[in-house]
Amino acid sequence: MQVTDHVWNRRQQNRNDRLGRAASALGGALNGKLVPAARIADLLYAVIESGDRVCLEGNNQKQADFLSKALAGLDPARVHDLHMLLSVLALPEHLDVFEKGIAAKLDFSFSGPQAGRLAKLASSGKLNIGAIHTYLELFGRYFVDLTPRVALVAAQAADRHGNLYTGPNTEDTPAIVEATAFSSGIVIAQVNEIVDVLPRIDIPADWVSFVTEAPTPHYIEPLFTRDPAQISEIQVLMAMMAIKGIYAEYEVQRLNHGIGFDTAAIELILPTYGASLGLRGKICKHWALNPHPALIPAIEAGFVESVHSFGSELGMEDYIRARPDVFFVGPDGSMRSNRAFSQTAGHYACDMFIGSTLQIDLQGNSSTATLGRIAGFGGAPNMGADARGRRHASPAWLKAGQQARAGKNTIPRGQKLVVQTVETFREHMQPAFVDKLDAWQLAEQANMPIPPVMIYGDDVTHILTEEGIANLLLCRSDEEREQAIRGVAGYTPVGLGRDKRMVENLRDRGIIQRAEDLGIDKRLATRDLLAAKNMKDLVRASGGLYNPPKRFRNW
Amino acid sequence: METLNYRYEHGTRTLPVRPELVGVVSSGNLEVLIEAVDLGGACSVEIKTAARGFGAIWQAVIGDFQQRWQLADIRISINDMGATPAVVSLRLDQAVESMLEEK
Repeated sequence: MQVTDHVWNRRQQNRNDRLGRAASALGGALNGKLVPAARIADLLYAVIESGDRVCLEGNNQKQADFLSKALAGLDPARVHDLHMLLSVLALPEHLDVFEKGIAAKLDFSFSGPQAGRLAKLASSGKLNIGAIHTYLELFGRYFVDLTPRVALVAAQAADRHGNLYTGPNTEDTPAIVEATAFSSGIVIAQVNEIVDVLPRIDIPADWVSFVTEAPTPHYIEPLFTRDPAQISEIQVLMAMMAIKGIYAEYEVQRLNHGIGFDTAAIELILPTYGASLGLRGKICKHWALNPHPALIPAIEAGFVESVHSFGSELGMEDYIRARPDVFFVGPDGSMRSNRAFSQTAGHYACDMFIGSTLQIDLQGNSSTATLGRIAGFGGAPNMGADARGRRHASPAWLKAGQQARAGKNTIPRGQKLVVQTVETFREHMQPAFVDKLDAWQLAEQANMPIPPVMIYGDDVTHILTEEGIANLLLCRSDEEREQAIRGVAGYTPVGLGRDKRMVENLRDRGIIQRAEDLGIDKRLATRDLLAAKNMKDLVRASGGLYNPPKRFRNW
Repeated sequence: METLNYRYEHGTRTLPVRPELVGVVSSGNLEVLIEAVDLGGACSVEIKTAARGFGAIWQAVIGDFQQRWQLADIRISINDMGATPAVVSLRLDQAVESMLEEK
């Protein structure tokens, strides 16, 4: 047998070439792994090759903003055709690299703040979208066919060896660094400070190639802070229906809440309405959730046993540190979040997802896509989907499964509760219920292979509006499903188009439940039911430990 | 500004004499005055609304409200500043429930 001259360590050799180029470019300025911020461009020119897949840590909250500015400042004549990998497009620089011709291709998950500009760049041809993913999907591909050659990440601090402390906003860093470091890639971290001894080590130094102390601390977006002062009475009414009609009905112990005022209202009436129904200890014990400030009163009231978080939330650090039985904290006392693990927890270990949306069609498909904006998915599709691979049972999961399968000749299995909560009209009297999602038109405009659907109708188990709850698990035909949806669609054209007799029949069978059917006294649906009515109340509920960001300090 | 009037005959439920005023006149909200007056068993509703062109929706919302409560000898005056149907229904129901409590 002949020995071939196949080279099996090209990537390692290539990494060594890159490290060698960095050493010669930086010379004496390179101190071990530490690179002065002023030389960041020299480092990037040395270690990035045109055509590289570059993962830039743009997360839901934490942003490697110094490194993204540095990347966007490079000369496209020297570095071009980069294939960018980003969880979240949040900063202008994330798109500047495409406008300037430094990068050409993009794979991502969420682009909320940059959605409009992303759509323009995509249609101008300056940016070629590989695919739009969920977080877990994108992380998965980092280990399969989208492995980064270079990763640019952010951490709170580094020591002189290059060990990293991420602080509470660990977020995506472990997933990104692991995929890159263990495939002979280059990992560059920006840190807020370099210290002698770290509080704890979140990423070991031998996974990190270079560290630079950024001139300003990395940006963190307080994405999950909702001022209770903005919660409406309708949201209180819907929260009452959610708790009595779904949480109590299915004994939901383990759950994830989407972002928004609808779910903040639920969190804020647990200690009042939830307690009055005797539900403390019976519902809402375990959460996959960012540390929502709105959850503080429920934690203090003893509803919550544990919270694992995707990321942290600005201002919650001291409160979390003082509640180590509830949150996941390190030996140093500060939280470690982890988006990949929390998404896994939300998908497999939670019995319910509840979140709001912008549009729902007659099959129950829901979408946040609007014309001219490519907003992506984030984590909701993983939270808001039945976990087909789940095998462990719980009362909530079993009951949902039984309702869906009653009378059918199928083997017993459970089902996740996926609840979409939405007011029938959005602002400016835009109906939330539509015959056809805007996603179809967006797909055509942006040349997508399929319409961008956030939660598929066949995963949705309940739709909750101010008009009541539609339990889609109990529907036995497509027609029943459609009428159940029309039945809670209120005075939208979709709602007015309902078959009144059929809707009354669905109501008799408990498939549609109005507030009065649930025995809810609408007079209680006032803001008085909120355990905290404003930001200051949240601070007070936390015993002064919660420290809201400046823009929320309105007292 | 648009003014809409509806009248429903043959109600069955009367409310206390003391009028009830709920809500506030602010954007996205509305003010509702409910008074007991002799209308020969009818319920009349007058709506002054800042948002034009929603007559069909108002008719459906008020029709469903009257279907729920079957009010008799009641005059309802609404001063609307662009409230959604959800807010309108909740305000009306809350007002009637409070009045029935008094009864």
